[in-house]
Amino acid sequence: MDVGPVASAGRPRILTPGRSAIGGLILALLLLPLVGGQYAQYVAIQVLILSLFALGFNILFGYTGLLSFGQAGFYAVGAYGCAKLLLLKPSLLFGVIGGTLLAGAAALVLGVLCIRHTRIYFSMLTLAFGMMIFSMALKWRDFTGGDDGLVGIPRAPLEIPGLVSVSMASMGRYYYFVLVVSLLAIGIAYRLVHSPLGLTFQGIRDSEGRMAFTGVSVRAYRLIAFVIAGLYAGLAGALLPALENTVTPPVAHWTTSADPVLATLLGGIQAFAGPIVGAFLFFMIKDIIVRFTEYWLIWLGIIVVVLVMGFRGGVVSLATARWRALRPGREAP
Amino acid sequence: MTEYLLETKGLRKTFGRLTAVAGVGLGLTEGTLTAIIGPNGAGKTTLINLLTGLLTPDTGTVHFKGEDITRVPSHGRVRRGLSRSFQIMNIFPNLTVRQNLLLPALARRGRNLHALARLEEETGANAEAEELLREIGLWDHRDVRAGALSHGDQRLLELGIAVGTRPELCFLDEPCAGMNPIERQTVLGLMRKLSGQRRTTFVIVEHDMDVVFSLAERIIVMNHGEVLADGTPAEIRENRVVRETYLGAEV
Repeated sequence: MDVGPVASAGRPRILTPGRSAIGGLILALLLLPLVGGQYAQYVAIQVLILSLFALGFNILFGYTGLLSFGQAGFYAVGAYGCAKLLLLKPSLLFGVIGGTLLAGAAALVLGVLCIRHTRIYFSMLTLAFGMMIFSMALKWRDFTGGDDGLVGIPRAPLEIPGLVSVSMASMGRYYYFVLVVSLLAIGIAYRLVHSPLGLTFQGIRDSEGRMAFTGVSVRAYRLIAFVIAGLYAGLAGALLPALENTVTPPVAHWTTSADPVLATLLGGIQAFAGPIVGAFLFFMIKDIIVRFTEYWLIWLGIIVVVLVMGFRGGVVSLATARWRALRPGREAP
Repeated sequence: MTEYLLETKGLRKTFGRLTAVAGVGLGLTEGTLTAIIGPNGAGKTTLINLLTGLLTPDTGTVHFKGEDITRVPSHGRVRRGLSRSFQIMNIFPNLTVRQNLLLPALARRGRNLHALARLEEETGANAEAEELLREIGLWDHRDVRAGALSHGDQRLLELGIAVGTRPELCFLDEPCAGMNPIERQTVLGLMRKLSGQRRTTFVIVEHDMDVVFSLAERIIVMNHGEVLADGTPAEIRENRVVRETYLGAEV
């Protein structure tokens, strides 16, 4: 379990193995458009989107102990919201920020109803509300375009009025936009889970009763976690329309809610990086298995089952354990 | 008229056809270490649950420092100066011992909402948690996952979390259950120390009569959801009804 800061002895090292790995990864991501083609960039954007989606989900699940099966609802509010705004005013930031905030507002409203319950009752409620949003996407033709969804969404330029206007026409530019937004959002999430608020979430996960008796309104904090997860789902969804130029009802379907769950279980719920690593693996596994069979989800399911049964901590914990075993006599940070 | 720290009137709680607490009226005085005793099923834990907001009474009222808190939720009562430990251990098993004690310290300072502050920078709360770590004798285990502690150490930790909110009135539900004599002495020592230094008033539910009679200044005996007797240890020892129904040959 990610138990937060542990007192470190001696002088802090600036270049730890962890930091070097993160630095290397960011460098690789920055260089990707130079070495990879359009397809690589397209997949990388999808990985980043799922990373944000799963990261928010894990703040709710891994850190606060609430399993939501309805995150696709907020993902869809972000996607449709951003698409509608882009059709209204072709400005990328306007669409992305607007879509994210709309999803946050939806999470606030539905959250008030959901967080009154815990465990399976909470999960079922989120599933029900998620499917309600799916129905709306499907049936509210005038607003959502029904089955056909919203089409012809422009990949609007990145405009900051009076400052800059950068065209996003090429995939490479949009990739860099998504990368910067993702790194910012991941950075904020990292600060958050290592803050007093993050520790409060973990306290609620471990024991609601004990947490209430430290003088904290558990419901209020569950709602905060729910809204944060909604904002991250919304941001992930809002990055979608400009990539695909279209938004269709399946983004709201409960099977989409399963994506962050699977990614998080793959990577591991117990580590901050779990959902990010999981999102990467999710697309890698999909990409490899899809070449052999169209039933790739079955194989992904089997891999997740084996991981969960054999090693609850997911791939990240497995890797950390191997790393520690390889370097005996050294306490990992 | 005495001004009570906490006062109940006609407190009643039923579960279906079972009356767990049957119209209890009592006043707890500041600074008086009180023990609630009674046979299993006498309603002791239900009474504490009613006083700390875990349960809502069917009828009756609870006043704390003169304010009616009958409908105030648990966390609101904690903010007003109430705290408790649980009969069944209740800690944060996946957090470190230090983090367990950091949570009440953060809550007391209203810091829980700080989303972008670093935990290490919460100097006030950290100092408070470290002081508590030393007081409950768990300094050497500060970075251990709380769930990995021994039973006795976990109970000490729970006591630490309960007093970490710096309560004026603290209920401890069987604080010494399953402890070895050394751990028991730590608990009793800490209670005495905090009673004196921070003027915390403790109310304990305890089955160990040695602990009760050596520590308590006042004893409330419960049976069938009612207060059977209420008085000093000497008075309780002499009470014929109590001897017959509960203490028997123990005392």
